[in-house]
Amino acid sequence: MSTALPKIKVATERAGNLNLFTPVVTAPKIRVEGLNFFYGRTQALHDISLDIPERVVMAFIGPSGCGKSTFLRTLNRMNDIIPNTRVEGRVLIDGRDIYAPGTDVVELRRKVGMVFQKSNPFPKSIFENVAYGLRINRLVRDRAELEARVEQALRDAALWEEVKDRLKSSALGLSGGQQQRLCIARALAVRPEVLLMDEPASALDPIATQKIEELIVELKKQYTIVIVTHNMQQAARVSDFTAFFWMGRLIEVNTTEKMFTNPDQKLTEDYITGRFG
Amino acid sequence: MSDAKASGRADKRRRALSGLMTILTALCALSAVAVLLIILGYIVWRGVGALNWRFLIETPKPVGEGGGIGNAIVGSLLLIALASVMGIPLGIATGIYLAEYGDNRFGKFVRFIADTLTGVPSIVVGVFAYSAIVLPMERFSAFAGGVALAIIMIPIVARTTEEMIRLVPTNLREAALALGAPQWRATLDIVLPAAASGIATGAMLAIARISGETAPLLFTAFGSRFFSLYLDQPIASLTVQIYNYAISPYDEWHAQAWAATLVLMALILAINVTVRFFTRRRY
Repeated sequence: MSTALPKIKVATERAGNLNLFTPVVTAPKIRVEGLNFFYGRTQALHDISLDIPERVVMAFIGPSGCGKSTFLRTLNRMNDIIPNTRVEGRVLIDGRDIYAPGTDVVELRRKVGMVFQKSNPFPKSIFENVAYGLRINRLVRDRAELEARVEQALRDAALWEEVKDRLKSSALGLSGGQQQRLCIARALAVRPEVLLMDEPASALDPIATQKIEELIVELKKQYTIVIVTHNMQQAARVSDFTAFFWMGRLIEVNTTEKMFTNPDQKLTEDYITGRFG
Repeated sequence: MSDAKASGRADKRRRALSGLMTILTALCALSAVAVLLIILGYIVWRGVGALNWRFLIETPKPVGEGGGIGNAIVGSLLLIALASVMGIPLGIATGIYLAEYGDNRFGKFVRFIADTLTGVPSIVVGVFAYSAIVLPMERFSAFAGGVALAIIMIPIVARTTEEMIRLVPTNLREAALALGAPQWRATLDIVLPAAASGIATGAMLAIARISGETAPLLFTAFGSRFFSLYLDQPIASLTVQIYNYAISPYDEWHAQAWAATLVLMALILAINVTVRFFTRRRY
């Protein structure tokens, strides 16, 4: 760690060519160009460029404080609510710059859903948790449609069977794993196109984690998923692509398979094999 | 062997010390509760003698003819309601502002003023209401009393509301924002309900505080010997009644003052229980 940094040049170029090894060639769902991010005067992200194809799972890995969560939160402008932060560069979703003036942040966040590290159900009933996004965005016309969408979201999150008889009881009475799946259902209810997950299973036991992972693989069919994880095995299990962050820089992006067998960067290899971090 | 013996002795000493400290803290807690219980018990003992239905319903009468505090009970309730209607919404709104948007110079200024206002003696608030409302209106009034009490409530409610809202986890707020809620909706739908019971406790504290205030009412609501519901007329209140009776030279009025004190305490308790019931955590 104390020796000179390795020369970093490959990452950003390769990111542009990521489509070459995707199974289905499509325009990237998300394209990030030269992104810098600042907390006050501290620069947290340095010149990040990255393409994320549609309907894949991309995992962000890297040691604590490397900027992967911060980067994730730039994709739905969640950092806007933190005072004294600044963004440079462009984030294009479906070709439109989400930081362009006049962007409707509410619309953006409906399109780019988010699941947080610590499950955070509202202190409301299970039903109302899932219904909240539908209500505030006025996405349903009547009660019947609302109930149908809530049920669908709970089914998509593989939670319906467990809660269908107690939709009116408090969400806080659910187990940790159920709460996290409820949060996923809540995010899915508004039918986003992208789902950002910030270490969604880090506080869960192995069985609950497994359920979340199976869910992620299932959700990939409909959604573009970006997941931050500290768990290398998890990244290997669920993701198609992996991006490695280190000290606010994007070191390498590759298919997950290549990343974990034969990464291009020495630094990546050192991290994955546990030599630091 | 000797090691085991030594550690056994150390363990025994630790346990003894722990037991001693537990007993000490329990004694402290007990003495704090005991003071309260003694006061309550004494008030009940002194007050219950003069308490009967007619005392609760009738208006005051001259010495020797009995009379009651019915008008003072009504007056106190009216004053508390009036002050709450003005003070609680303003206080809560101020608290929301301070917690959600108050991280700037103006917020700091408001917070400082609120803290200062909390420490201002209540008689000063009474003098203020006297010169600001009673003098221009040229009469003592329930309205002036309500305003004086509301001024006392606002900073208490504002600061507790702020603290309670700050206790709501950021990730709850973020969850709402991430679903596309604008900030005002996240505050209204998620943050406020999550903080509701704490805010209600703050409002309760404020109500309990003003229920016992006498000084700000002396030259605003002034007091009255008759039933009144008019906001522009002087009105009786339990505290002023208790004060007037307590400083009188008559034993009968002293007894009535004790009984009125008992009623006042019961009233505060009743308000407390009611509000807690309606704001209890449902989820």
